[in-house]
Amino acid sequence: MGEALIRASNMAKWFGEGEARTMAVRDASFEVQHGEMLYIVGPSGSGKTTLLSMVSGILKPNGGKVTVEGRDLWAMGDDELADLRLKRIGFVFQDYHLFPRLTTLENVAIPLILKKVEWNEAMRRSMEYLEVVGLKDRANLQPVKLSGGEQQRVAIARAIVGKPDILIFDEPTASLDGDTGRKIVEFVKTRILDENRCIIIVTHDSRIYEYADTILKMEDGKITGVEKNHLHEK
Amino acid sequence: MKGIFRIALKLLVNDKSKFTALLVGITFAVFLMVMMMSMFTGILAKSCAPVYNIGARIWVMDPAVNNTISSIPMPDYVLSTSRSIEGVRYAVPLYYGGAQVKLKDGTFQSVTVIGLDDATLFGRPELIEGKIEDIFAENAFLVVKDAEYAKLEKPTVGTEFEINDNRGVIVGLARVASSGLFGVPTLYTTFKRAVTYIPSARFTTSYVLIEPKSDTDIPRIQREIRKIGYDALTSEQFVRKISDFYTYKTGMGMNIMLMTAISFIVGLSISGQTFYTFILENLDKFGAMKAIGAKGRELISMILFQSFFTSLVGYGLGVGAASTFMTIAKLRLPEYAAQTTFTILGFALLMVVVIAGISSYIGVRKVLQIQPFDIFRG
Ligand SMILES: Nc1ncnc2c1ncn2[C@@H]1O[C@H](COP(=O)(O)OP(=O)(O)OP(=O)(O)O)[C@@H](O)[C@H]1O
Ligand SMILES: [Mg+2]
Repeated sequence: MGEALIRASNMAKWFGEGEARTMAVRDASFEVQHGEMLYIVGPSGSGKTTLLSMVSGILKPNGGKVTVEGRDLWAMGDDELADLRLKRIGFVFQDYHLFPRLTTLENVAIPLILKKVEWNEAMRRSMEYLEVVGLKDRANLQPVKLSGGEQQRVAIARAIVGKPDILIFDEPTASLDGDTGRKIVEFVKTRILDENRCIIIVTHDSRIYEYADTILKMEDGKITGVEKNHLHEK
Repeated sequence: MKGIFRIALKLLVNDKSKFTALLVGITFAVFLMVMMMSMFTGILAKSCAPVYNIGARIWVMDPAVNNTISSIPMPDYVLSTSRSIEGVRYAVPLYYGGAQVKLKDGTFQSVTVIGLDDATLFGRPELIEGKIEDIFAENAFLVVKDAEYAKLEKPTVGTEFEINDNRGVIVGLARVASSGLFGVPTLYTTFKRAVTYIPSARFTTSYVLIEPKSDTDIPRIQREIRKIGYDALTSEQFVRKISDFYTYKTGMGMNIMLMTAISFIVGLSISGQTFYTFILENLDKFGAMKAIGAKGRELISMILFQSFFTSLVGYGLGVGAASTFMTIAKLRLPEYAAQTTFTILGFALLMVVVIAGISSYIGVRKVLQIQPFDIFRG
């Protein structure tokens, strides 16, 4: 195995000062390889989202280092970091944050528009990805007209339309019933993940553990265990 | 860049209720501001009408005069002194005053009487009927055919009337560039007849009109006139003096300024508020865009685009509404005094840009403050 896609070492993050200071993440180190599906699990408040945000370049750590294929993420300037997120990282937020006044198709196209892809081309490519997530016939509807699971799939289409090599999912199945959740994760694992990409998923949902290659357990801001799913060893 | 503006536009326009509220706020403010200022400009232009109509380069008057109608008669030596100043090509007297015309039915009608210098008829109006020489005929008067003309029961050449107990006869119909503010008809006659027919104080010259030999002579003329205690104003200075009088020394100017300020504040608060709620509603999505990789300046340009787009559309609608209103009003009321100038349009545009600027400033601050991490945590 060559260079890890993501390497996080000794990550630390605290909020507040003095008496009020809470350590959200302390001394957390881990790696994600190309082609790997990594889960971060743990009780509420254990620091999962905080850790995820630091490795994906949206929350500056108080200590530690994150590298993406060897490049030090937090040594970059704001614009450079924004560019890296735009080109290499796809996000699926827990509450999808779709623009209610745009159509499903336009919502999916946002990363492409930000990459300055010409409008019609952006719509064409977004349509392909809507087809991938099975929502081609919903392209011109507003997101509010879709079910929760469908909105989730729109958010996934938006996350993958720019072909990022790092996919970040925070609680992707929290608001979905078990079956839909499983289907989505299975879909991502089989259709999206390949040897050039990695997926990091934060979840509470034990029903989807079977898809993980690696499971990081967090408790009270620390990584307390790493479990490899040997069924998936290549 | 083009794509994000298209997104920005869709976010805005698809939110129909807010977009409408924004437009109504700005359109309303622009409409009121343009109306107020146009009306005031129209009134000012009318108040200065005689200065334009007579067309003299320099007006000599008592320093206390602040509008044409309230002229203060000057002794004869003002005229002779004016004539003796070096650089004066010629100087003529002008009578400008009010009189009463008795109509056939016995009612009285106020009129403005302008008495032109007998030797030169300087400042004479353009005639649309009759011959100018007839002004020297017995009891002769010219009547201006403007919006006030009907108040004299539409006299024609040959119509006789009574003016301040003297007999008068219309010998011609005239046309002038702009009609006056006070809503009374205007009669022209000779200076001599004016001062004999219309009872006046000891002095009779309302204004001395001077034509300088060249522009460079003007300062000297003004200095010399000041020495004898009078003011020699160029027509531009006189217009300015009259305008300043109405703007600052009467309630009119202050009220108009106040109304303009209020329209601005109302427009600002309606559209500022609405824009702010619009931004707040979309804040988490802007945060999500930030997380995805939108740069701060891209979000700023989206917000600026939204607020300036709305403001300019509102500006267009407001100006359109104001000019439609004024056009209709002018068709119905010939005396309707409103005049829209580029200065007014420019000023209203400036105010709208200020509204857009303030609204977007608030939005931009909010959007720059939002942390993608907070969006991420939900
Ligand atoms: N902006 C913040 N200000 C103060 N404290 C914060 C902030 N963000 C997170 N925390 C604290 O940091 C700790 C970790 O929060 P985090 O959101 O990472 O937990 P989590 O494991 O994702 O929880 P959950 O499963 O409920 O989403 C919590 O104690 C939380 O209260
Ligand atoms: Mg969380």
